[in-house]
Amino acid sequence: MSVAAIDAKPLLEVRGLQMHFPVTEGIVINRKVGEVKAVDGIDFTVRRGETLGLVGESGCGKTTTGRCILRLERPTAGEILYDGVDIAKLEPKDLLSLRRRIQVIFQDPYSSLNPRMKVGEIIAEPIMVHGLERNPARRAARVRELLSVCGLDPKFADRYPHEMSGGQRQRVGIARALALEPEFIVCDEAVSALDVSIQAQIVNLLEDLRGQFSLTYLFIAHDLSVVRHLCQRVAVMYLGRVVELAECDELFDNPLHPYTKALLAAVPVPDPTVEAGRTFRPVRGEVPSAINPPSGCVFHPRCPIAVETCKQMRPELREVRPAHWVACTEVRV
Amino acid sequence: MTIASPVIVDDFVEIRRSPWQRAWLFCRRQPLGTFGMVIVVIMALAGLCAEEIAPYSPTANDFAAMTEPPSWAHWLGTDQFGRDQLSRIIYGARTALIVGFSCAMIASVAGLVLGVGSAYFGGRLDLYLQGVLDVVMAFPLIILALAVVAIFGTGVHNVITAITIPLIPRCARVLRSSALSIREVPYVDAARACGFGHSRIILRHMVPNVVAPFLILLTAFVGQAILAEASLSYLGLGVQEPVPAWGLMLQGGAEEYASTAPWIAVFPGLAIALTVFGFSLFGDALRDALDPKLRDR
Amino acid sequence: MYRYIIKRILLVIPTLLGAAALVFLLMRLIPGDICVVRLGSGGGTFDERAVAACHAQLGLDRPMLLQFVDFVWGFVRGDFGISMWSGKPVLTEIAARFPVSLEIAIMAVVVANVIAIPLGTLSALKQNSPIDFVIRVFSIAGLATPSFWLGILLILAILNISHAAFGAPWMPPIDYVPIWKDPLRNLSMVIFPALTVGYRTSAVTMRMTRSAMLEVLREDYIRTARAKGLVEHLIINRHALKNALLPVVTLIGIEAAFLIGGLVVTEQVFNLNGIGRLFVQSVQNQDYTMTQALVMLVVTAFVLTNTVVDLIYAWLDPRIRYQ
Repeated sequence: MSVAAIDAKPLLEVRGLQMHFPVTEGIVINRKVGEVKAVDGIDFTVRRGETLGLVGESGCGKTTTGRCILRLERPTAGEILYDGVDIAKLEPKDLLSLRRRIQVIFQDPYSSLNPRMKVGEIIAEPIMVHGLERNPARRAARVRELLSVCGLDPKFADRYPHEMSGGQRQRVGIARALALEPEFIVCDEAVSALDVSIQAQIVNLLEDLRGQFSLTYLFIAHDLSVVRHLCQRVAVMYLGRVVELAECDELFDNPLHPYTKALLAAVPVPDPTVEAGRTFRPVRGEVPSAINPPSGCVFHPRCPIAVETCKQMRPELREVRPAHWVACTEVRV
Repeated sequence: MTIASPVIVDDFVEIRRSPWQRAWLFCRRQPLGTFGMVIVVIMALAGLCAEEIAPYSPTANDFAAMTEPPSWAHWLGTDQFGRDQLSRIIYGARTALIVGFSCAMIASVAGLVLGVGSAYFGGRLDLYLQGVLDVVMAFPLIILALAVVAIFGTGVHNVITAITIPLIPRCARVLRSSALSIREVPYVDAARACGFGHSRIILRHMVPNVVAPFLILLTAFVGQAILAEASLSYLGLGVQEPVPAWGLMLQGGAEEYASTAPWIAVFPGLAIALTVFGFSLFGDALRDALDPKLRDR
Repeated sequence: MYRYIIKRILLVIPTLLGAAALVFLLMRLIPGDICVVRLGSGGGTFDERAVAACHAQLGLDRPMLLQFVDFVWGFVRGDFGISMWSGKPVLTEIAARFPVSLEIAIMAVVVANVIAIPLGTLSALKQNSPIDFVIRVFSIAGLATPSFWLGILLILAILNISHAAFGAPWMPPIDYVPIWKDPLRNLSMVIFPALTVGYRTSAVTMRMTRSAMLEVLREDYIRTARAKGLVEHLIINRHALKNALLPVVTLIGIEAAFLIGGLVVTEQVFNLNGIGRLFVQSVQNQDYTMTQALVMLVVTAFVLTNTVVDLIYAWLDPRIRYQ
């Protein structure tokens, strides 16, 4: 993991981000009877040039966070400061310039490309719409350049997505994300749907591109081993909240929050002798519903070190070690 | 900085077939559908080349040859005015297909706009539009068509209007549900993330992906429209004389002569049934062929 | 479950109001002044006062919104106005003709299902056999055959067969006798139009039964029943049919529209004095009051039928019942 290109000033700052989806019910008039608190007040920063990992189980709100940053959803509360500008409050018509700077790579290579368009057209479309290259010939050349940068033969520009493999399609998705020359890319489980051998290739590609184009990534994933390889810092989410945020090595070597510990304990170690020696303690219970989250610390029903105060007070992120933040009142260092 | 990942070798190649090859595959795999298509093509040709094919004029009365059974002079016999049935059926094909295609095309396109637009924009627009469409769909097709004819009168143009109006919400409903399933798909999200405008997303990303149900609806509507036009003309409230129409041929006189001259009753109805049958078969086969699970491109 | 029932029933009101609005609008779209059209005998000369009186009688001199309220309120009370053609109250005319149409409609549904369900089941059991092929062709033809042509062919057949069998051609009676007064005569009148109207519905039901049955027969619980050694016809009757028939219920709602359309033309073919024929006559005679009332009636019947069908389906499907 190269550290050289990281800037100290944050490019993205998320403060108190909330995304609540209303649940309606009613016979004649639909009343709001509850909310799905998908993202319930999170804070983190991403520095220019770094890769921040955002991990957690399904339903913890990491994908929703990514969508809020991309403004595919409009957050219900909180601030998203991108290069100093709060993009959470922008009106749709002001978003166009933002789109050039923040892009996305989706999880499913099979449904993230329009099956009716050729690969070349898919990559060329954003270039054309934003007017970056009006000359068709130069645009086609740019498309070919993007394809080869992503490890694809430029001939693929004439292919349809269904004529390519999963790994190849994901490369097309990456090429499309690069088309507008963004600074920040949200990788929404970008390798989760790929075979393991292909995952490694794509992860390496993302790493190379980061260096070559000075990119910043928000890497959303649930596979911790991939995250360890790619990210400088990692944030762990549970039921819409960030429970731990630390430098990558620090988090993996020294997890402090009980949930993070449980997550890491569930990852098998490739060495059989080491694995045999580990005592596996699964977390009891299941993830509660996001409509009716537990009071206080949302993890308290399943937490091995929970006490009475955990039910009443919502813990804030505390810096318990240098650059290591934990949202737990019972963690002492 | 060099790229560490290798250029992917060309390892996954699919056969890309030309439209002609795909059409031929369709014929081989769907014999019934091909049969239906053949019927449709024959009727279309009959309608197009009516002047060249028909042995007589469809409106030429010949009082010397009234209600004659099928013979070499009149292959399908003559009606009570001595008009040659075969010629009237050939010209009738033209009327049927003009009405059928016009209604189907207009209704399908209107339904596409309303259905996809409603699905894309969602919210209040969707809710109110659905309410309106539900109200129009509360009217059975013939009833609404007759009501429109009651107001605007008869004749080909009014018949087309009368039949198209009830078909629009039926189309919009189907295409809306197809569009809804596409709206949440990642490539639409990607288009939004690239900052594309509504019209581009709808026209370039959503509409091309509802083509399959659209085509199937189109073929189904042609059949329904032809049946509806025939019913209206039979009741005397559709196409009017002297325009030749299959439904008209069955009107009134057919029953009087039913026992003595059955060919007057049989052939026009057979033409209607056969044509709609052809469209049905073709539409069914098209649905099977376009099913993405069975697709082999 | 109860929430669903209430919601579904309440939905009827805005739908009917909307339909009333549409009918009202359509009638107002008639080019020219209705009264002038009716009273002026095409020559352009008409009596001003007669037209004014006609306006007052039809309520055309009042503001639009009030007219609409009158229209809806009248409909709710059962007052549909006076027929412009016969001068008699619309309700009287409709009431006289209603029994025939109702009986044909009910008979058509009964006949259709009596034919379709066994044939559809047979078709599914003997999938891809010659019987299946014949039944499938029969059902596709049902969707393509215009019902009035079928009616004509039926009359043709009746005439020729009765001529051959009895020496003299026989036509079904056209004056209505209630079923309790003379069942034979009544049935002989109603059965042929019912067959004509019902053919299309039976075709659709046949296809639906066949595909539903095929799906059910593939299910594991049927395999289990067979493995237990249960006799085939018990398997069909006790296990398969119940589940296969569920989607057929919804068909009744959908097909009701086509039934009504079929009634309109079939009554014309068989020369029966029913609602359908009345509707056609009202359009031919420009009897707008009658047309408007009949359309509203038909739409109401259609909406109510669909509501009842939805509720029955919700009641039958245990998955919805215990929601």
